Amino acid sequence: MKFVKIALLILITAFFFVAADRLLMPKYMSQSHEGRLTREYYSSEKNHSVIFIGDCEAHENISPAELWRTYGITSYIRGGAQQLIWHSYYLLEDTLRYETPDVVVLSVMAMQYGEPRGEEYNRLNLEGMRFSPTKIRAVRASVLPEEDTLSYFLPILRYHERWKELNRDDFNYFFRRKNVAHNGYMMRSGVMAVDFENFIPGRRLADYSLPDICWEYLDKARELCAEKGIELVLVKAPTIYPYWYREWDDQIAAYADRHGLLYVNLLELADEAGIDYSIHSYNAGFHFNVQGAETIARFFGGILTDNFNLPDMRGDDQTAAVWERKLEAYDAMKAAQEREIAETGRIRTLTY
Amino acid sequence: MNFASYGFAAFLAVTVVLYYSVLRRFQWQLLLAASVVFYAFSGWGNLVFISVTVVTTYITGVKIQGIPKTGENKPKRRRLLICCMVLNFGILAVVKFLDAAAPNFVLTLGISFYTFQTMGYIIDCYRGKEAERRFFRFALFAMFFPQLIQGPISRHGDLSATLYGPHKFNPQNFAEGATRVLWGFFKKLVIADRLLPAVGTLTEDPQAFGGVYVLLAIFLYAITLYADFTGGIDITIGIARGLGIRVKENFDMPFYSKNIAEYWRRWHITMGTWFKDYLFYPISTSKPMLRFMKFVKRTCGDYAGRRAPVYACTLILWFLTGLWHGMTWNFVAWGLANGIAIIISQELTPLYNRFHRRFGLKGTRGWNAFEVFRMFWIMNFIRSFDIYEGVGETFKAWGSIVARPNISGFSLLGLGPDTADYVVAAIGVAMMILTGVVMRRMKTKEIPPFRHFAICAGLAFVIVVFGAYGFGYDATSFIYNQF
Repeated sequence: MKFVKIALLILITAFFFVAADRLLMPKYMSQSHEGRLTREYYSSEKNHSVIFIGDCEAHENISPAELWRTYGITSYIRGGAQQLIWHSYYLLEDTLRYETPDVVVLSVMAMQYGEPRGEEYNRLNLEGMRFSPTKIRAVRASVLPEEDTLSYFLPILRYHERWKELNRDDFNYFFRRKNVAHNGYMMRSGVMAVDFENFIPGRRLADYSLPDICWEYLDKARELCAEKGIELVLVKAPTIYPYWYREWDDQIAAYADRHGLLYVNLLELADEAGIDYSIHSYNAGFHFNVQGAETIARFFGGILTDNFNLPDMRGDDQTAAVWERKLEAYDAMKAAQEREIAETGRIRTLTY
Repeated sequence: MNFASYGFAAFLAVTVVLYYSVLRRFQWQLLLAASVVFYAFSGWGNLVFISVTVVTTYITGVKIQGIPKTGENKPKRRRLLICCMVLNFGILAVVKFLDAAAPNFVLTLGISFYTFQTMGYIIDCYRGKEAERRFFRFALFAMFFPQLIQGPISRHGDLSATLYGPHKFNPQNFAEGATRVLWGFFKKLVIADRLLPAVGTLTEDPQAFGGVYVLLAIFLYAITLYADFTGGIDITIGIARGLGIRVKENFDMPFYSKNIAEYWRRWHITMGTWFKDYLFYPISTSKPMLRFMKFVKRTCGDYAGRRAPVYACTLILWFLTGLWHGMTWNFVAWGLANGIAIIISQELTPLYNRFHRRFGLKGTRGWNAFEVFRMFWIMNFIRSFDIYEGVGETFKAWGSIVARPNISGFSLLGLGPDTADYVVAAIGVAMMILTGVVMRRMKTKEIPPFRHFAICAGLAFVIVVFGAYGFGYDATSFIYNQF
């Protein structure tokens, strides 16, 4: 009887803590959707030929659905807002715990950042990782001095104050949350053309050297891929902003050359890719809209198939059936976004 | 190492597990090792200060005991005592002085507490109590980690009765201890730390927050200080209880006091009794004081002769109590204000008695409530010397209550905490008052361990969800850590 009482007490206490944790965690459903990206990966099937890793240049600028539709390539984007190069490395390490793709495509935009950009970006990129030694290493490498490591594993310690700001989302998505992305791709419709007449070039920098820590993690990523027999591809998306300096590009190109890696600077290939900056960006050149992401996917998919022996999985019934459902959801969201834009002129939410 | 840190929680968990895992005869050695580790976390340099105190006090205690208490040896014993006290109080004074000049530059964690505890011990040895002959046992008495940083100031005779064990794991003790620890954290994190930003805002700029805001500042400070200090003491007592060790209570619902003397018998009890036993009585019975009494009697009459030495001792006592808190004019003013209030209270006693004989209000509920209310606010005003930057600022703040009350513009918002914070703090204070009343009526022992654990679970949940901690909050130390 005594043990039953104690067990019951432990269970009830645990229930309250778990319930509070679920309730107080931000749901990232109506805003900051990027907070969902890391955790959504775990519910996807784990048989991707290509894994994209990187910041918004990865998760907003290429459509895995289009890669499938055009080339039969199964891919997933493990992207995140302001994902730093060490975030990328640990997300790669985490991904390789579940699957071994043929190719890993790493966005190099974040190579310019040698310092953490703020607690929120650590949270958006790392909080959703499943508990593992990789997560411990990722958190330890990323936390700011004013943060506490433990709260990445027990989020209630960070979000306990949210009882003051609970909203409808917190209750609506208490039990189940919808996916906001399509294999890691965050779809955005809408058009805001790049204003080339008022183009703002990057200001001169005192030092164009990319930070040592970024090279260190790039080395680690390269070595990890080599160890697993994975081809590593470096890519720079064709976004106009933030400004990408020629000096940075040269360093990346030299690195790729030195280590026999494929480096694709899509900025230089934008015309060839068919990018039209007057219709393919939804925010004046910072990110691409869904049409832009599909255009990039069609072009970049060609580069991938030309350089690597990637299987066309469309002939595999089981995989095709899974992707058929994904395409349905993808097309439905695309239609819903276009409808919303036509009706209201803007998109309020990415959850339909 | 701050009590309110994950590091301390881990340290405590490991210590408790090891404590009940090792052979019982090694328990106190383990506690000593844990205390050294705990103290080392505050800085290796600090270990030097406490080591000097421990070594000199231990040697002096043993030496004093080795000298017979006969007439011709008295000066020798006294010389040893004075040397030890001068050295240790000297260190304390220098550290406090340097801290007043350059805050937190050299302030050694808990130096006021362990110095007073060890000096109380050495005075007891001088008075004939048995000295601790085993060095490491004495070191544990001086360094016992739960009470090292904010007291209570224990007596060797009291603490040593249970400090050295052996202690078998006792679910009742453990459950009581855990509840007390969590209750302490509740007071600290849910009440004190939630209101502390408001106190900071209100007192940083007395010009902007004059008038009625001064009353608010000193009211909130009373709650904050009480919740913070008693919370820390609850944690100390709770940890000790969990280890099977009994530490003296340091508070007895002081805000229910009806006069200032009673208040000081119920607030920071161990400090009050220390000053009374080791300072007030020796000074009041000293030869210079007896000569002073005779002088006043001769020149001003019997009544003055009886009162003057008591009042002189009271003022000396409170002056030094102020200095113990910090070598700044604020604390000197705070100490003297207490002394003066006690003297006025005593002088007015005949008047009160006449009033009560005339109106017969004494003992009625209404009068008791009035006395408690009056005492609460008198102490709030005296305590306000703690929170304003200087003594002048404190007086100006008091003046503004009358000169520009600013009642119409009063708002609780914009001071740091929001409405939700005030609601949580208010519920917390209500719980604190209610629990105080309930606990007074029933002994903790009457609650079986299972119920204690259920209370612990509830408290842990409330602390985790409603505590003011983590990112966005400064990890505030307990206020009394600075002393």
